[in-house]
Amino acid sequence: MLSKAIPCRLWIGVLLFLSLTVRADWEVNMTPGVTEVSQQIYDLHMIIFWICVIIGVVVFGIMFWSIIAHRKSLGAKPATFHESTTVEIIWTAIPFAILIGMAIPATSALINIYDPSESDLDIKVTGYQWKWHYDYIEEGVGFFSNLSTPTDEIYNRRDKNEHYLLEVDEPLVVPINKKVRFLVTANDVIHSWWVPEIAVKKDAIPGFVNEAWTIIPEPGIYRGQCAELCGKDHGFMPIVVEAKTQEDYDAWIAQRQEAAAKERELRDKVWTLEGLMARGEKVYATNCAACHNADGSGIPPAFPALKGSAIATGPIQSHIDIVLKGKPGTYMAAFGSQLSPVELAAVITYERNAWGNSKGDMIQPVDIANMQTAE
Amino acid sequence: MSAVLESHDHSHDHHGPAKGWRRWVYTTNHKDIGTLYLWFSFIMFLTGGCMALVIRAELFEPGLQIVEPEFFNQMTTMHGLIMVFGAVMPAFVGLANWLIPMMIGAPDMALPRMNNLSFWILPFAFALLLSTLFMEEGAPNFGWTFYAPLSTTYAPSTVTYFIFGVHIMGASSIMGAINIIATILNLRTPQMTLMKMPLFVWTWLITAYLLIAVMPVLAGVVTMMLMDIHFGTSFFSAAGGGDPVLFQHVFWFFGHPEVYIMILPAFGIVSQIIPTFSRKKLFGYTSMVYATSSIAFLSFIVWAHHMFTVGMPLAGELFFMYATMLIAVPTGVKVFNWVATMFKGALTFETPMLYAVAFVVLFTIGGFSGLMLAIAPVDFQYHDTYFVVAHFHYVLVPGAIFGIFAGVYYWLPKWCGNMYDEKLGKLHFWLSFVGMNMTFFPMHFVGLAGMPRRIPDYALQFADFNQIASVGAFIFGTTQLLFLFIVIKTIVSGKKATAEVWDNPEGLEWTIPSPAPYHTFSTPPDVK
Repeated sequence: MLSKAIPCRLWIGVLLFLSLTVRADWEVNMTPGVTEVSQQIYDLHMIIFWICVIIGVVVFGIMFWSIIAHRKSLGAKPATFHESTTVEIIWTAIPFAILIGMAIPATSALINIYDPSESDLDIKVTGYQWKWHYDYIEEGVGFFSNLSTPTDEIYNRRDKNEHYLLEVDEPLVVPINKKVRFLVTANDVIHSWWVPEIAVKKDAIPGFVNEAWTIIPEPGIYRGQCAELCGKDHGFMPIVVEAKTQEDYDAWIAQRQEAAAKERELRDKVWTLEGLMARGEKVYATNCAACHNADGSGIPPAFPALKGSAIATGPIQSHIDIVLKGKPGTYMAAFGSQLSPVELAAVITYERNAWGNSKGDMIQPVDIANMQTAE
Repeated sequence: MSAVLESHDHSHDHHGPAKGWRRWVYTTNHKDIGTLYLWFSFIMFLTGGCMALVIRAELFEPGLQIVEPEFFNQMTTMHGLIMVFGAVMPAFVGLANWLIPMMIGAPDMALPRMNNLSFWILPFAFALLLSTLFMEEGAPNFGWTFYAPLSTTYAPSTVTYFIFGVHIMGASSIMGAINIIATILNLRTPQMTLMKMPLFVWTWLITAYLLIAVMPVLAGVVTMMLMDIHFGTSFFSAAGGGDPVLFQHVFWFFGHPEVYIMILPAFGIVSQIIPTFSRKKLFGYTSMVYATSSIAFLSFIVWAHHMFTVGMPLAGELFFMYATMLIAVPTGVKVFNWVATMFKGALTFETPMLYAVAFVVLFTIGGFSGLMLAIAPVDFQYHDTYFVVAHFHYVLVPGAIFGIFAGVYYWLPKWCGNMYDEKLGKLHFWLSFVGMNMTFFPMHFVGLAGMPRRIPDYALQFADFNQIASVGAFIFGTTQLLFLFIVIKTIVSGKKATAEVWDNPEGLEWTIPSPAPYHTFSTPPDVK
């Protein structure tokens, strides 16, 4: 009875273990990706990997053969041979030949990646601490792309969703089968724009513009992350690229252009305090809460509290100045170029009237816009 | 001149070291200074190791649990700086101090007072660096490669402490290197020609030249940072006509030879140990010397392979790719030579040999991933991922660190006159071996699957391998306390060691009694 029960339990154990490993993600290799370039890189990676494996098997094989067969405890007597020019030449020449074999496909892949031919669509990609900005240069559409994973998930107060840390509020949308050129730069420190499935990784360097391109053959959502250490939230500025068919892309662009027109309208209208507060809360959560905390308590000393602070409860002009222009020598960035006048007015009004701050005053988007044009 | 005559007189009355703390603070004896370097390096190794464990604990599962991203970045930065400048480099200088005079039949280092100075400024450098952890703005948080402008315009104000710390470390390394070169070139026993020197001495001679060539470059780049931060220059700021990429070029011109500084002496140690325990001469002494020199030369012309994604022109990418691939040739020669030395030997596997064999296997794995990283187009996918982290930990942990362990076990009986506990030594090896592979092998997988390095939190698909790596790291970390125990046990007790210690080892250090007397080779010995 007992002898039957044990194998039975064993099997249940094995099954449980297998089901766990099936659910878990044990991805061990590079993605072949979806573009011609990513496939080419993947093939090159695999060729070199297998060459290394073969060399490893031969070299370690000889070594382990010696370890097993030439032990003193087995009575092995040491041979006396050493120094052989012939052998030295052979084991210099063979690796050299192998390297040439590797260099040829590597060179042709690199030349392909550096293809300078004309593109169909140009998108300027700008890295900020800690988000990406995308500018469709010809189309006049531009927006920020922020991490959309809720703080509660990051701090384990809620279950993490499938795309934890790899999700954004506004993905970059591109058409399929078009040569899209990325003009990559940065606003503050060096970032690196990387999407593994299209094999594009380019450093975003402040003051310089780097070029990269891709042709995505099928619609889909491709996720990546910033690859160059860029400060506190380096791990929290993902990239999401949504590839759409040409019609879907055209529709999307038209809708974005319309939204931009609406934004201009919103800018010019007269807002109520409630309206600005509601909008401001959202803007604050996306842009300010990472440093100043959702409840305005900050992370002193680097990130001061806004709740009850001299700026948020003082004269409104100095509050506007610091939000628009930042504070040099601190982490406080200049948000004037990053947010729209509506967002700026909303967030400033929100900060002056939230968490027990009760200035009761407000600023209209159109006033912000006028200040910006005056400068 | 009178000082020289005086010291000559003293050598006749065989006096020992001074008593108490004065012995260690005033010492000009190469053995004492070697001991100081080695203990200092071990303390730094544990300090940097604790920081690594903070990192691994945070990365045990997705989400932010133990530390905030800000502190996480301080940990990665300080871990790297302390391990490179505080643990690995001083350990090799310590070994050089102990061994080079004994291997070349010299009474001491050529410049004993500078030797004292080069050690005793180090604790101040690291006190400066570590003190930043207790400051309001926290320690440097921009990675051990401290790329501008994150380390200049956007750095915490403690960066200035870091800069002066690096200056002092650089001064220490340069003095150490000058001393080693002067000793090797001037104090060899007359019959020891250059091509009769033990390989450890050869590799250190070449390493010392690398140090003299590149430490001033490091000092230069941190000085440029200092100017940018405090004196209004714009070396690394495009707004003032500078270029952030310039920083990377200057840094890696130092940084790439630096990685060879951390591995060449380990090559030397392994080249001493494998012949002893194979009971066979090293297969190709001459080619080993030439291979080491070629690696040193190539290390100066490959720096930009760390920068394949900064937007270099095609010709630049191709040049640095080809030059980097070329390093595989002399490195291969070295590995083949070690294997050929073991082939048809009479092998035994005492702890130093275990570490040496693991060195050859695991360093070669690190070499393979290095070759893969050299291929510029593929590097676009590897760059700044955990694949790189796996690669350089494979060359540094089982490379540099296992090399140091191998050397310590090999020469410890000579230093203190007692044999270490072989059973415990083997236990230390196997636990380190398992822990190290468990930590770093899965990093290849998460890196290839797309996990960027230097992130405090990660997407869910990387969770399983990170968990394994964290468990491995704690195994590896705690095992090093066993090493401390073994070393102390050997010093205070243990079987008396013979002068030869091992089975017919080659080298002058085995002709003197164990423990090595305070003064050795007052008269130059004969060499076969």
